Amino acid sequence: MKLKNIIADLKVYSRNYMRSTTAIFFVFIFPLILMLLFGSIFSGSSTSAVPLYVQNLDSSGNMSNTFIDTLNSTHFVDITMIPDNVNIRTYISQHSISAALLIPANFTSSYLQGNHVDLVYYNNPAVSTSSVAQQAISVTVQLFNSHFAHQNQTIALLSSSVTTHAANYIDFLIPGLIGLVILTSPMFSMTYIVSSYKKDKIFRQLSLTPLTRSEWFLSKFIWYLIISAISAIMIIAVGVLLFHSSLSLSLYMIPFLVIGVFMFTSLGILAGSISRSEESASVVGNIITFPMMFLSGTFFPIEIMPGWLQSVAHVLPLFYIIDGLNSVTIYSNFSSATLDLVVSIAVAAVIFGLTVLKFNWKEQ
Amino acid sequence: MEQLPAISARDVHKSYGSLKAVDGISFEVHVGEVYSFLGPNGAGKTTTVEMLEGIRKPDSGSIAVFGEMPWVSASKLRGRVGIMPQDFRFIERITPREAIKYYCTLFGVPDKSAELLDLVDLSEVQNVYFQNLSGGQKQKVGICLALVNEPELVFLDEPTTGLDPKARRKIWDLIRKLKEEGRTVILTTHYLEEAQMLADRVAIMDHGKIIIEGSPSDIIKKMGKGRKLVLRYSDTLYKHLADELKLECSRSGENINVSVNSNQDVLNVLEFANQNNIELTSLSLKEDTLEDIFVDLITEQEEAQ
Repeated sequence: MKLKNIIADLKVYSRNYMRSTTAIFFVFIFPLILMLLFGSIFSGSSTSAVPLYVQNLDSSGNMSNTFIDTLNSTHFVDITMIPDNVNIRTYISQHSISAALLIPANFTSSYLQGNHVDLVYYNNPAVSTSSVAQQAISVTVQLFNSHFAHQNQTIALLSSSVTTHAANYIDFLIPGLIGLVILTSPMFSMTYIVSSYKKDKIFRQLSLTPLTRSEWFLSKFIWYLIISAISAIMIIAVGVLLFHSSLSLSLYMIPFLVIGVFMFTSLGILAGSISRSEESASVVGNIITFPMMFLSGTFFPIEIMPGWLQSVAHVLPLFYIIDGLNSVTIYSNFSSATLDLVVSIAVAAVIFGLTVLKFNWKEQ
Repeated sequence: MEQLPAISARDVHKSYGSLKAVDGISFEVHVGEVYSFLGPNGAGKTTTVEMLEGIRKPDSGSIAVFGEMPWVSASKLRGRVGIMPQDFRFIERITPREAIKYYCTLFGVPDKSAELLDLVDLSEVQNVYFQNLSGGQKQKVGICLALVNEPELVFLDEPTTGLDPKARRKIWDLIRKLKEEGRTVILTTHYLEEAQMLADRVAIMDHGKIIIEGSPSDIIKKMGKGRKLVLRYSDTLYKHLADELKLECSRSGENINVSVNSNQDVLNVLEFANQNNIELTSLSLKEDTLEDIFVDLITEQEEAQ
């Protein structure tokens, strides 16, 4: 393998790519349009109070009532109580509730004794108002932690024991759109390129030069890595600057970018290789790409989909890339991200193996 | 010591399913020779050339290019062989100059884009995207790329198809130049006069077989029907020529073709016309061309099928 061949091929390929306005639009502009669209629809700043359902299982404790009163006084939320004799999850799904808070039975006693206590916040990150409610709860929790802890020294650890599970929609949209770019930029163009190179006998032409298949593949992989990285940086920049995303950026996002681009560059080549014509290549490409685009947690979390559709999502390779990116950027849950990465590497290895078998430059 | 032939093929077969594309052909191409494959569409020319190029694998028989088997040793031969495929296509939004520079890097030779573009008259469009070039200009880019590595053996598969007359002449000059430089050229073409003019030897193929091989002049001498006199047809003239002068005549449309074996035959016809007051409105003397022989041979083959 010669570096000079890879660089020469990369130069020619990137020039050809950058001279296509369609390609540039889909890689750099389209994700930003989607972000502006979805971001504005779901993250619009609402000034009126947002609905919050509260189930208080600590009915005898006065601290829980004080907590609810304080929460109410923020004027950010419009509180509706959930009866304490129902299952909160069932109630949420029956009433299509997007934000609900569960105060556990031991809230007052634990709080006064300075023991660990969890507040559980059920929310739908796809609904923008849920993040407003979450912020109101956070403020109240902080207030309780600082204010009451100072008065009563025995409850010093309370602040770290209150947990909420919430994410802003835009924080969720950013990894999804990065996943979308990782999927679509290599998939669409590789499927087309491979089938049209086959038709125009350009592979045959290249097979007569010292350029090898591996060098050609590597130059494509490097190219899509570069443009996906640039596109990802643009998505993050717009998310942070325009939508004030509080995403936690980490170097651990890079392995997902690398393995994702590798996987979909291979898959695009494979789809182009097994298709007999340009037309069938575009059909095969779309059949592979479109379900993945919508069902892998790109625009909304898969948790809001019906169970059977969630099972479908779990067999889509893109799901593990996006889930991994979510684990890193939203939840900072690196063990879950590692598992996603291992699955992605295994899937990429299988796809790459098939590509090596099916992608030939010569004809028998 | 006798020089190794550039190409040596022995009893080569290649089938696609039940179709015998190449059916047991043998030939040799000498170093420095322009060798041309002729034949109707589907005769097996392109399959033959592709097997020589190492792009297709023969089913049986042996092929040696500079002593190497092209299917096995394609990488060894790459530096010595240049190939311009039929109906050449390249990456859409790359200019001729960029394409040549790319090939120069791959082959590890200094950039010779200016020289090659000049050679085929492409300098004016050197910065135009490949997709916007005319058919002929695209072919010329293919020729440039085939010549990047200074090949000893050049395959040109229908290099002048779709070119205007001026551009065709330019390519003919180029092929002559390649020959002068001592390179071996394999030329496939539809234009018989092109092969007659440029090729040292030709092989006429049909139904996967070589039906005749040799230099154009030898083939004409061997297969041609000699000279013929072409006159405007009239009933009296035809009757007299056939019955009284006992010449072999045939009618072809508006004309009578008279086979002549000597100059005396020509004089006899003219004298006869003069004596009988027959006004000759058109008269020409012709020798069979490679094209006439080609058409005859292919027709014979088809009738024999």
